[in-house]
Amino acid sequence: MPPGFGDGAGGDGSADGEPALSRKDFQSDQDVRWCPGCGDYAILSAVQRLLPELDAEKAEHVFVSGIGCAGRFPYYVDAYGMHTIHGRAPAIATGLKASRPELKVWVVTGDGDALSIGGNHLIHALRRNVDLQILLFNNEIYGLTKGQYSPTSERGKVTKSSPYGSIDAPFNPVRVALGADASFVARTMDRDPQHMKAVMEQSYDHSGAAFVEIYQNCNIFNDGAFFEFTEKETKPERALFLEDGRPMTFAEGAKGLRLDGLGLEVVDLENDRWSVADCLTHDASDEMLAELLGRIFWDDPDVNGDDQKLPRPFGVIYQTERPTYGDLLHTQIEGITEKKGTGDLDALLREGDTWTVGG
Amino acid sequence: MSQTDPQARSPNGPTDTEALPEATVLFAGDSGDGMQLTGSQFTLATAHAQSDLATLPDYPAEIRAPAGTTYGISGFQVHFGSGNVRTPGDAVDLLVAMNPAAVKVHLSRVERGGTVLINTDAFNDRGFKLADLDADPREDGTLEGYHVVEVELSKLTRKALSGTELSTQEMDRSKNMFALGLALWLFSRPTAPALEWIGEKFADKPEVREANRHVLKKGYHYGETTEQFATRYDVAPADLEAGTYRTIRGAEALALGLVAASDRSGLDLFYGSYPITPASDILHELSRHKNFGVMTFQAEDEIAAAGSALGASFGGQLGVCATSGPGLALKTETIGLATMTELPMVILDVQRGGPSTGLPTKTEQGDLFQALYGRNGDAPLPVIAPDGPADCFRAAYEACRLACTYMTPVILLADVYLANGSEPWKLPKAADLPPFEVDFATAPNANGHAGDGSNSDAHVNGKKNGEAAFLPYRRSGETLARPWARPGTPGLEHRVGGLEKEAETGDVSYDPANHQHMTDVRAAKIQRVTRDLETPEPYGGGAENADEGDLLVTAWGSTRGAVETAVDRLRGRGLAVSSLHLRHLWPLPPGLADVFARFERHLVPEQNNGQLARLLRDEFLLDFRPFGKVQGQPFTSGEIVEKAEAMIS
Repeated sequence: MPPGFGDGAGGDGSADGEPALSRKDFQSDQDVRWCPGCGDYAILSAVQRLLPELDAEKAEHVFVSGIGCAGRFPYYVDAYGMHTIHGRAPAIATGLKASRPELKVWVVTGDGDALSIGGNHLIHALRRNVDLQILLFNNEIYGLTKGQYSPTSERGKVTKSSPYGSIDAPFNPVRVALGADASFVARTMDRDPQHMKAVMEQSYDHSGAAFVEIYQNCNIFNDGAFFEFTEKETKPERALFLEDGRPMTFAEGAKGLRLDGLGLEVVDLENDRWSVADCLTHDASDEMLAELLGRIFWDDPDVNGDDQKLPRPFGVIYQTERPTYGDLLHTQIEGITEKKGTGDLDALLREGDTWTVGG
Repeated sequence: MSQTDPQARSPNGPTDTEALPEATVLFAGDSGDGMQLTGSQFTLATAHAQSDLATLPDYPAEIRAPAGTTYGISGFQVHFGSGNVRTPGDAVDLLVAMNPAAVKVHLSRVERGGTVLINTDAFNDRGFKLADLDADPREDGTLEGYHVVEVELSKLTRKALSGTELSTQEMDRSKNMFALGLALWLFSRPTAPALEWIGEKFADKPEVREANRHVLKKGYHYGETTEQFATRYDVAPADLEAGTYRTIRGAEALALGLVAASDRSGLDLFYGSYPITPASDILHELSRHKNFGVMTFQAEDEIAAAGSALGASFGGQLGVCATSGPGLALKTETIGLATMTELPMVILDVQRGGPSTGLPTKTEQGDLFQALYGRNGDAPLPVIAPDGPADCFRAAYEACRLACTYMTPVILLADVYLANGSEPWKLPKAADLPPFEVDFATAPNANGHAGDGSNSDAHVNGKKNGEAAFLPYRRSGETLARPWARPGTPGLEHRVGGLEKEAETGDVSYDPANHQHMTDVRAAKIQRVTRDLETPEPYGGGAENADEGDLLVTAWGSTRGAVETAVDRLRGRGLAVSSLHLRHLWPLPPGLADVFARFERHLVPEQNNGQLARLLRDEFLLDFRPFGKVQGQPFTSGEIVEKAEAMIS
């Protein structure tokens, strides 16, 4: 067990003797070098528990990362891996997946990597619907460069590079993904390994670009950034766990979320005025609902109102099926090949106007 | 046309036909006048007449610059002959000028006594004003000393089409066909190829098709009936090696070279590209060949174009990207990653005038240093430069082969002149191309500890001693390349990345001695490429003892034609001047020190301010004199002759 958080659930996948592979099979021989207590350990553990349960051989998985603390992830997973350059993992993974569609390609990235230096590649991978699982470790800070504000840091954040408070407005990664027409958008948290693993599994099952934002605690430079949502004292009131077909209730069923005009409202289910029947039912295929859920973020008064804080949604916020980039690319190639016949190099070289000299 | 053949042919109709060894024709007009098309069709006819040829398309960066202005002039120069034609011609014999601006821009290229065919319909006050001319060049002495042929191109075209339904504007679009027909007549070129091409191009616009064909024929017949030409010319077929030929543009040849590399290696070609002038033509060409399994990916930016190619390479495919100078700058970090991860990757750079956006449609060789040195850290890689449009095929193929053999990124330096220029290409047979086999790793290559003794206690990938393991950085003794293991291969799971790698295991290593070792071994690996290279032979224009003399002109890339033509002329004057052409800029081919030692002086003409000269000085500690030309135009052989003469006189 790495010196991170306890994960509170199950043992190795091999414990019940069923899967051919176990969690251990996906642990490389490299020492994990994240800071003790880092949320990355729990994410790594969730992935290593999930992989043996999936319908792919170990050798078919490829983890592609960029730069930052999250970037080290591939070294710790005993599968194929590529630790690339800052922000470019989605582009590199696009080339890999497009040209080797049978592989299972995972992108591991962070908030700075995916949303600052690599923002362009992220949105284009989502727009094209490249069949990738994109795990964005959001810790709202630049960790590996020792603590500057990131594109997800809240306004006013005091860091080494913003001693008087950051004046940047933060990105809400979920809305960035929705805005880029991602076909799968989810949010989970490092402190809930079961939820994290379940969401990752759904992302794997999804055909197309699956975007998973993971709230990840950086206990060195931004400790407690998400405790509001992840710690048991406040989690029930502040986190809304979405499940398809289930009403949106939280606070152990005491509260719910209902549609009020074009906005959302928290309702008290313990007085007689509202019941579960009044609450919204989650439907991940509903684009408009996803827009509403996606807007629940920090201090957006348009959504939250001044006096009420809406609970932050976790789980699959949006999912739709549309052709993947790889499907379209290879269908086109096959169609043209069928029409024109498999390429004949000699014929190609002799295409067009030729003339013969002598002989 | 100055060297006329005394055995001129007998009169043909009312006009004499004079045989010429070579000729240069330049079509120039507005970028909307269809000059590139006219030039291409003249080229095609010339190829059919079996001349050797070289072309120089030269157009503005603006798509449709204001009509009649000098900066909107688009030109297409064709040099053809019965001998060896290696440049687009120093001096133009016939300038077809569609307007006064074309005369203003290009008259300086025309040989004194040469012919200037002008469209008189554009030679009016408006035309002079647009060209910023104070007077009619026919009247102010500008055209004195030239043979001026005045043709009412617009009026004659309209007249030819008077019975049709076409609007005047549509009719005027065909006037370039009149000019083409006339030029074909003047140089005794066949009309059939252009007529056939028009037929295909306008297959579904019968009216336009017939109009263009009709006007072309009218232009041709105009030559026969007008009395403005005392002589027409012919250029005998060139004495080309036996074989099947086509004319090929450099950009097409690059694309075909990549397809050939994919075909022969069995790797699927993945081509990541972001549109950039002048490299986009390669993307256009490759996009047509999907039935060869070619995957073209139009990326969101230059960085993604390179990244996607590298991702495909990691996947065991042939990852290629192409760009021009500013795009190469953006790809720099990815190329460094390819160097560190030791993955094959090919980067084509069609050089254009720089720095920055520079001259997007004009030729230059300014990216040599960027290709050689433009990365952080010590990151040598092979750099290849084709020496002509047809050679682009061989160079692209070779770049792919070296990349896969040595597990390294390779940069190919073409340029605007090569990419847009064309020449006859003797078609190779697929089976005759150099062998290109790729051996992917399929099985573990080690036992449970690194086998070199230095690291014998280290467990590899959690394997115990004696258990089979895969060492992704265990090198071939021959090439020093690491094995290429495709993801999906069971038992060879491994990780690569931009952090320094431990020798053999490929694990992340910050060990000082290891970094020294890996830096050295990456450089040594690139040096191994010299095994595949031959020492280039000096060219002396057929002279004996060409491999020694007073002056050696060392050049690279597209300047070869101009340099060798210059050597011919210098040798013809009895001067002991040879040239040496480098297709490989890094690593340099073996044996160069001996070649250089046999010459007294060294001149290095290149289209930059002395980049190869500096490289050679650095490598050989000899006095290589740079001769830079950065004017967006290729060298003429005359410029090199002059410089060489000045150096040895």
